[in-house]
Amino acid sequence: MSASSTAEAPFVPKTKVGSFTNFVDERVGGSGILREFGRKVFPDHWSFMFGEVALYSFVILLMSGTFLTFFFDPSMAETHYQGSYTPLYNVEMSVAYNSSLNISFDVRGGLFMRQVHHWAALLFVASLGVHMLRVFFTGAFRKPREMNWVVGGVLLILAMAAGFTGYSLPDDLLSGNGLRIIDGVIKSIPVIGTYISFFLFGGEFPGTAIIGRLYVLHILLVPALILLMIVIHLFMVVVHKHTQYPGPGRNDGNVVGYPLGPVYAAKAGGFFFIVFGVLALMAAAFTINPIWNYGPYDPSPVSAGTQPDWYIGFVDGALRLMPGVVNNFHFEWIVFGHTLTLNVLLPALVPAGIIFTVLFTYPWIERWVTKDNREHHVLDRPRNAPTRTAIGVAGFTWYCVMWAAAGSDLIATHFHVSLNDVTYWLRTLFFIGPIIAFIVTKRIALALQRKDREIALHGRETGRIVRLPHGEFIEVHAPLDEYKRYKLVGFESPAPLPAQPNEHGVVTRKEKRRAALSKWFFEDRVAPATPAELEAAHAHGHHEAITSGEDQKSLSH
Amino acid sequence: MKALSQKRRHPLAAIALLLMGLLLTGGLYAVATTVNQAKADTTSYSASDVEEGGKLFAANCATCHGMGASGTNDGPSLVGVGAAAVDFQVGTGRMPMQMSGPQAQKKPAQFNEEQTKQLAAYVASLGAGPAIPEEKLLDGKGDAAKGGELFRVNCAMCHNAAAAGGALTRGKFAPGLAGVTEAHIYEAMATGPQNMPVFNDSNITPEDKRDIITFLKTIEANGSPGGAELGSLGPVSEGLFVWVAGLGVIIAFTIWLTSRTS
Repeated sequence: MSASSTAEAPFVPKTKVGSFTNFVDERVGGSGILREFGRKVFPDHWSFMFGEVALYSFVILLMSGTFLTFFFDPSMAETHYQGSYTPLYNVEMSVAYNSSLNISFDVRGGLFMRQVHHWAALLFVASLGVHMLRVFFTGAFRKPREMNWVVGGVLLILAMAAGFTGYSLPDDLLSGNGLRIIDGVIKSIPVIGTYISFFLFGGEFPGTAIIGRLYVLHILLVPALILLMIVIHLFMVVVHKHTQYPGPGRNDGNVVGYPLGPVYAAKAGGFFFIVFGVLALMAAAFTINPIWNYGPYDPSPVSAGTQPDWYIGFVDGALRLMPGVVNNFHFEWIVFGHTLTLNVLLPALVPAGIIFTVLFTYPWIERWVTKDNREHHVLDRPRNAPTRTAIGVAGFTWYCVMWAAAGSDLIATHFHVSLNDVTYWLRTLFFIGPIIAFIVTKRIALALQRKDREIALHGRETGRIVRLPHGEFIEVHAPLDEYKRYKLVGFESPAPLPAQPNEHGVVTRKEKRRAALSKWFFEDRVAPATPAELEAAHAHGHHEAITSGEDQKSLSH
Repeated sequence: MKALSQKRRHPLAAIALLLMGLLLTGGLYAVATTVNQAKADTTSYSASDVEEGGKLFAANCATCHGMGASGTNDGPSLVGVGAAAVDFQVGTGRMPMQMSGPQAQKKPAQFNEEQTKQLAAYVASLGAGPAIPEEKLLDGKGDAAKGGELFRVNCAMCHNAAAAGGALTRGKFAPGLAGVTEAHIYEAMATGPQNMPVFNDSNITPEDKRDIITFLKTIEANGSPGGAELGSLGPVSEGLFVWVAGLGVIIAFTIWLTSRTS
């Protein structure tokens, strides 16, 4: 083999450009890389593109953020505003806020860049969230992608951290109020809370250090970590190859789609500019975080409608929902002369803790319950995993209840209802919302499966009503073509896995728990139509086309 | 233009012309009358104003506020609330109240300028209270920056830093302040209508009130430098926008990009 390769005459470029590229290629091996990556196949589906949206938003964040660092000064020194926005002229403020105002009003293109940066941040976290929902509901987190799911979860947390540190930088009233809440949450942590708060703020809140510290985190540490995680994430995507939706010719051993080059690369490159364009349009036409409205931070005023950016909203909402006193039961205790404020500690840390714990451990929970150790590259349609889908929707509903609570005041004013009633309803939904969502979703998923089964067996309703000679009316059903039918029948429907004895012949308690959970997961199931059932139904169908009467009646139900 | 001239014999042309004429004269009349009203503004009341106001009060207000404005179970006594309170409550249409509820709602004014003045004269005659502010305090030529600071410290916690309004407990709310006249803003501060606290002259001096009005009118006139302001409601409307419009448009593009195959 080596003999044949050495026997080949070395490539001699004929043009100037050719010799230049050949020089580079001989040293870095670019053509080999391109050959490998250019043939990488990606399946085409709109729901696969949210990760890309997040990636592009992040690139836009890096570019617009770099511009902002040229003009932003993270100092909490005091100054008097001398810029061109008259309602704040000569008002005392921090240098950080002063420079943010200057970016907005006196740096050419500054306000646009600020707005691009902020809209891109909101879109970054939103597309991350939607991407994770897609991965969850299609079961793409299963072997071999559990680790990548965890990396994605870490990216979500890092994105929230990047967002929050950035939100606090302009040092306007809104961001200061946000920091005050964070300070309160930190101080509610028993024993170490006060120390952490004093270390973070360099003394009592707000101090003169926090903006500079957050700035270093925001422009250095957090983006570097995000970049690292993105590299790991994409590396694993290449190693695992992309998942695909079920369809004819698609299985766990292949990937059906377009190669990266040239079609997919062109599409992805163009999509970057589409995302950029959408963000630029939003930044040009819609204001975001109008810091000049809020004024400089001062610990005494608080504006009505003070909320965090959307991705921190669920924590703020949980804080708003928490009652201070329930039936004379106080959530604030004095323990050994120290105040323990459970009414801050519980809502601030517990829901977020539960959401992220379940998020990070879910692939292993499902793996344990199903004892499924196979690799999965074909996705589940959400309806074909009713319990998982129901768990996801229940969790999302829980999140949404807290999320809505962060805007409880605006719900009250805009729908002309009492703020108190909004809070009471959301408190109720906090507990029963996920349960209702679970039951309803599972039933809908099972009903859709039954519908699929019905269509696979009897074809689709054509809406054509035929009157038979003896007077009966029936609707004619058209049989599906094979490709469509494959989608409806080609899925796995696991049955509950009973408890099994271990190597010593003992059924452990843990195994019994697993079996109980497995029963809970899979006891309600609609099995896909089997080939035999399809055969029977089809014979029936063809038969029906030439006969009439009693046979056809069964078709119409 | 050609299209217009071709349609001049259209059966509805006469009606359209009539409508335009009416709009023009009506508009001019409205402009002319408001100009007159602005000139007619005065805080000195004649005895006949008081007498006429008394009649209006007995006919329209006494059901709840009692004869002689001494108050009933349904409405507070108005002795000593001053002309400013009447001008605000009646002038913004809050009184007479449309229905009982958490808070009197703003609606088109039920009395004209003259009748409002007479009612104010009557209530002012019952006991000393805050008067309708002088014109020089309402000129909007104060210090907007100082007014902004005062607004953030005293008003923003209910009315929102951008004066977009906010929620209070049990269905009550602080309204948005865009479009509220200078006099009504001043009177609201001086009399504390509904759930609003009273900011009297020793709390916020008349000059400070003038600065606050200047601030509010400045930000109203400035508009939104960054584009559509999405209600000035802060991060909630921004989040809603990015999820619905931003992500919506992006999803439309993703569907378009992947629509060639399936």
